[in-house]
Amino acid sequence: MTEVVVIPMEHGLLLAAILFLIGLLGVMVRRNILLILMSLEIMLNACGLAFIVVGAHWGQADGQIMFMLILAIAAAEVSVGLGMLLQVHIRIGTLDIDLASRMRG
Amino acid sequence: MADHAFLIPLIPFIGFLILFCTLGNLPRYWVAVIGVGSIGSSAIVVALLGIEFLSQKDPTPYAVHLYTWMNLAGFQPGVSFYIDGLTLTMMFVITGIGLLIHVYSSLFMFEEEDYSRFFSYMNLFVAAMLVLVLADNLLLLFLGWEGVGLCSYLLVGFWYQDSANGMAARKAFIVTRIGDTFMALGLFLLYQHLGTLDIQPMMHVATASWAIGDPTVTLACLLLVGGAVGKSAQLPLQTWLPDAMAGPTPVSALIHAATMVTAGVYLIARTHELFLLSPIALNIVALIGAATLIMAAFTAMTQSDIKRILAYSTISQIGYMFLALGVGAWASGIFHLVTHAFFKALLFLAAGAVIYSLHHEHNIFKMGGLRKKLPLAFWSFMIGSAALAALPFTSGFYSKDAILLSAWESGPMGPGLWAAGLLGALLTAIYSFRLVFIVFFGATQTEPDKPAGSVMAVPLLILCLLSLLGGLLTVPVSQVFPPATALDHSGLIPAVTLAIPILGVLIAWLIFLRRSVDLGAITSSAVGKFLVTFWFRHWMMDSLYDRVFVKPYTFITLANRRDIIDSFYNGFAGALRLLHDYATLSQTGQLRTYALVMLMGVVALIAVFAGVITP
Repeated sequence: MTEVVVIPMEHGLLLAAILFLIGLLGVMVRRNILLILMSLEIMLNACGLAFIVVGAHWGQADGQIMFMLILAIAAAEVSVGLGMLLQVHIRIGTLDIDLASRMRG
Repeated sequence: MADHAFLIPLIPFIGFLILFCTLGNLPRYWVAVIGVGSIGSSAIVVALLGIEFLSQKDPTPYAVHLYTWMNLAGFQPGVSFYIDGLTLTMMFVITGIGLLIHVYSSLFMFEEEDYSRFFSYMNLFVAAMLVLVLADNLLLLFLGWEGVGLCSYLLVGFWYQDSANGMAARKAFIVTRIGDTFMALGLFLLYQHLGTLDIQPMMHVATASWAIGDPTVTLACLLLVGGAVGKSAQLPLQTWLPDAMAGPTPVSALIHAATMVTAGVYLIARTHELFLLSPIALNIVALIGAATLIMAAFTAMTQSDIKRILAYSTISQIGYMFLALGVGAWASGIFHLVTHAFFKALLFLAAGAVIYSLHHEHNIFKMGGLRKKLPLAFWSFMIGSAALAALPFTSGFYSKDAILLSAWESGPMGPGLWAAGLLGALLTAIYSFRLVFIVFFGATQTEPDKPAGSVMAVPLLILCLLSLLGGLLTVPVSQVFPPATALDHSGLIPAVTLAIPILGVLIAWLIFLRRSVDLGAITSSAVGKFLVTFWFRHWMMDSLYDRVFVKPYTFITLANRRDIIDSFYNGFAGALRLLHDYATLSQTGQLRTYALVMLMGVVALIAVFAGVITP
């Protein structure tokens, strides 16, 4: 019989928060749209992890269901985001987001 | 025929619609046929209606209800016509004289580019004027009243390419609008107190509910008089009529002599039961008439433009009508309206014939010696002037004589009014024959090139006949007005009244034909020069109004060019625009900045919800 090792909820949430911050930092400092999209994915997954951890802690299935939802959203977001990325590349000829700032003002 | 009364204003209106909608694309011949034919058809309907009405043994007025115009909580003005002797008289004048003038214009205006536009306006005018006299309620009357004002404006400014004509049209419109505002206020007051605007019931209610001299009825009457003096060019609103001569001559004949300007007289006569309740208002009407007729007569003596002389004479003659109304000689006033329509239309059309033959020359001192060259115009002018001066046995004599005698017998103010009228009659004779002697006698100044055509001759001849024999007509208004006192035609007063015009003609003959009196010496003296200038500029009324009303108004408008009230709203908009400019600074277009700001916002929100900070 193996001993069931329970990972404390706090550790899980801490990991989720660290992942979220890494993603957020990526969104804010990166200039390449592709990397920004990847950072967004990390943030979404950090949220998903937080749901799962909390759901496991309370012994409820809701957290996992939310994770399914987040997966679907992430898939949709990536498809739209990649489409826009292609358009940016075609129209501006670069993936540098700072150059796509014609809508200021 | 009563069922066909609606055709009377409708036919000219349809004529207007056809001419207006074809935008001048019809051939001239068809324009003339439609323009003149519509008035002719209307005149025939009026004639048939009149014959039917007057052939009754005891003519009874009746109303023709066409439909209810609007229905507002008990206020139900109808489009309905009231036909009695007064209406018929006015309709005879409008369609009869109107037809003659239309026939005349079909040749006079033939070379005009806007031939069709001219006839469309003229037809609309006749339609509106007929609505005015047919209306059985004051609201419908007001519709016609404004309609004729509009047509007057359009026709005075007919030659709009010259901006002076446009200014004259605007002056005519704005000055009469002042009167119309008074009239509208009068209608409101009457409706508020009497609860109806239908003329006949209104008069009954007024007579039943107001005592003689009631301040309310006096106020109402004075407001109506305000409308009447505007439309009829009486003191103090007469300044627009001389300038209105900028329009074509047939327009001056029809609108500014025979019909529209007498609308004020018609209004007062139509509501005479109200005025009988207010002796003060009646006295004011008489005084306005007396003052206007003298002022305008003095002015007419000094003018040099043939049409302006006739315009001032029109003002003066309408002054006589007001005098007649004011002294309660209702029938005489209407009679003078009719005879004046005959001889003044004749004079204007004859003046038009002179102008037509002399390349649009208006200055009488550049005419002269036209007696042999233009015999038709000469005889028309002779007859018209004789009637205007009220020489015995012309039409003007019968009507003016009746007015002056009624004035004499009208109580304490009577002799004064009579004297004023008599002075006016003397001046009338002088200025009308001054015109004749200067234009038709003496040396030829300008050679006439084309004589008036026969189409113009026929209306002139008919009007000559009417001006001579019009005095034999009886105006069928005996049932409309309270019976007049029989006038005493014997004794000194009637003899003086009769003699004065002849004296006037003699004076004119001595001064302007025999030249027995040195006119130059009189006018070049200091007093003479002042008086001539003073009268020539119509007692300085235009300059007075210019100083008192126009100049301050333009000063204020110039000072307020950047509207004070607007500046408040503009300031508000400017402040918003400034804020907007600051707000747009935050739109950098940098996606990463937005993400940062969002993060800061979320952190702040979380901080608030977690209770770390309290807003």
